[in-house]
Amino acid sequence: MDSKQKVLMKGNEALAEAAIQAGCHHFFGYPITPQTEVAAYMAKRLPKIGGTYLQAESEVAAINMVYGAAAAGVRAMTSSSSPGISLKSEGISYMAASDLPCLIVNVQRGSPGLGGIQPSQADYWQATRAPGHGDLHILVFAPASIQEMVDMVFKAFELADTYRMPAMIFADGMLGQMMEPVVFPEKEVKQFDKFSWATCGHQGKRKHNIVNSLILQPDELERLVVERFKRYEVVKANHTECEEYLLDDAEYVIVAYGATSRIAKSAINAARDKGIKVGLIRPKTLWPYPSGVVAKAAEHAKAFMSVEMSMGQMVDDVRLAVNGKVPVYFFGHTGGIVPTPFEVLEQIEKMAGGAL
Amino acid sequence: MLEGLKRIVVITGHYGSGKTNLAVNLALESRRAGEEVVLADLDIVNPYFRSADFSELMEMEGIELVAPIYAGSNLDIPALTARLDALLDSDRRVIIDVGGDDAGAAALGRYSAMIEAAGGCDMLYVVNGYRYLTRSAGEAEEILEEIERAARLRASAVVNNSNLAGETTAQDIADKAGFAKQVAESYHLPLLCHTAQEDIAEEVKMLLPGETVCPVRIYVKKLWEKAFESH
Repeated sequence: MDSKQKVLMKGNEALAEAAIQAGCHHFFGYPITPQTEVAAYMAKRLPKIGGTYLQAESEVAAINMVYGAAAAGVRAMTSSSSPGISLKSEGISYMAASDLPCLIVNVQRGSPGLGGIQPSQADYWQATRAPGHGDLHILVFAPASIQEMVDMVFKAFELADTYRMPAMIFADGMLGQMMEPVVFPEKEVKQFDKFSWATCGHQGKRKHNIVNSLILQPDELERLVVERFKRYEVVKANHTECEEYLLDDAEYVIVAYGATSRIAKSAINAARDKGIKVGLIRPKTLWPYPSGVVAKAAEHAKAFMSVEMSMGQMVDDVRLAVNGKVPVYFFGHTGGIVPTPFEVLEQIEKMAGGAL
Repeated sequence: MLEGLKRIVVITGHYGSGKTNLAVNLALESRRAGEEVVLADLDIVNPYFRSADFSELMEMEGIELVAPIYAGSNLDIPALTARLDALLDSDRRVIIDVGGDDAGAAALGRYSAMIEAAGGCDMLYVVNGYRYLTRSAGEAEEILEEIERAARLRASAVVNNSNLAGETTAQDIADKAGFAKQVAESYHLPLLCHTAQEDIAEEVKMLLPGETVCPVRIYVKKLWEKAFESH
């Protein structure tokens, strides 16, 4: 394609196309609103380029197919929305324990339970605290535009392969369904040699590889987990990302990610017009979390507010980083209701007026 | 834009070609010309950004909105209402906003016989030359064939709705005039018009002398683009 040209894409389509261009030709999934276009796009495109699209019998089956494909050394992905991610969580833990790279997309919808099909960000705790059982982390990217969805898919695959761990694109229904112009990057996809660990055939050149998460001896299991956590520290030190907006002179700081950060920005601009010195910290990675930037802002800010489409989940990470220095407030909606710029502006005015 | 078109106007196209925004514009145009209008949201594919989102505006303007029973709710069930059957067989102007691609057009297929019996329709094929995978005329034709098969109706005209959402310039629209003509010609359909956001429509007219340019207002917006307009 003439990749330099701007095209108009729906978030879900952009995720799928970016994955294909990043060299992912193996997709296993199960349809669920509001992410179904990812699977639909893959179903249409992958057979035409010699890839594999498979609609599994369930989300549980799909994530285990991703396990198999990743263990064989190819780039593989799955995609779902909130309830489906819960079903995948066992497989995610197994993949993290087997040091397998992959991409998991969560286009979040209203929850808990079957919940609803409107946008939400209420899976923050799940993504950053317990994407599966056990001592583990996965990379969590939080795009706020369709362009960023594309760019983060490339980055997610690359970091997943580099650190041999699962990565997640953490989107919401709004981002999945909306359309914006995007440009696909023209850079070469970095190739990773997985021969040393993947089950791709030993060709008589090495012992056969085993990819496994069952470790028979407790001391061996501890050693592996501790080793993995050392790798997590390297990821934290090198790959934490966030955007700072009007932060330098900010007396009040909004923290928001994904679609909510776009709404917060609108409100912040309006508050600035009214003379309120307010800025934005927008985490682009949720694990690792940009705690350092939040802590630094807490040295001069009077108060923080986390704005989310949840009952208040990321606000925990803001509070941990602020460490009691100043008040940290929360504003949000849940269940598929999206906060409006006007509501956020009202909250900023209240915070600045000391009315919270 | 509605001049010379049949009473029932059906709007089809690829996902994201801008069908809903065009449907809302046409419904308002027709209402303001004094017609009794029905806007039917027949989209059984898209969960958000659809005609049913404009229920307040439609009510204010005196336009009847017919939408799937659970549109905009948390139920992912594409149940259509019987109201449309009655309205197709009336003397009112009916604008039908169909879901994208053949998947969306399947819902229209269920009404094709009824539409033919009511005197037929004008089915507009909306194209956006900036949409990924429909940028070549060949790709656009393939999608049209799939839509026609699923809809069991034939398209009667092409509308060039090429846009890059909020970033669209007059030049962007003019650049895709040739693409739209190619789609229309190869399918032996007339090119009804080029649409352009109101504030750049005059500029587009200058870039495309002698061609029909229809100004449209952008109703389908993201929440942060709407900002504070209602307050």
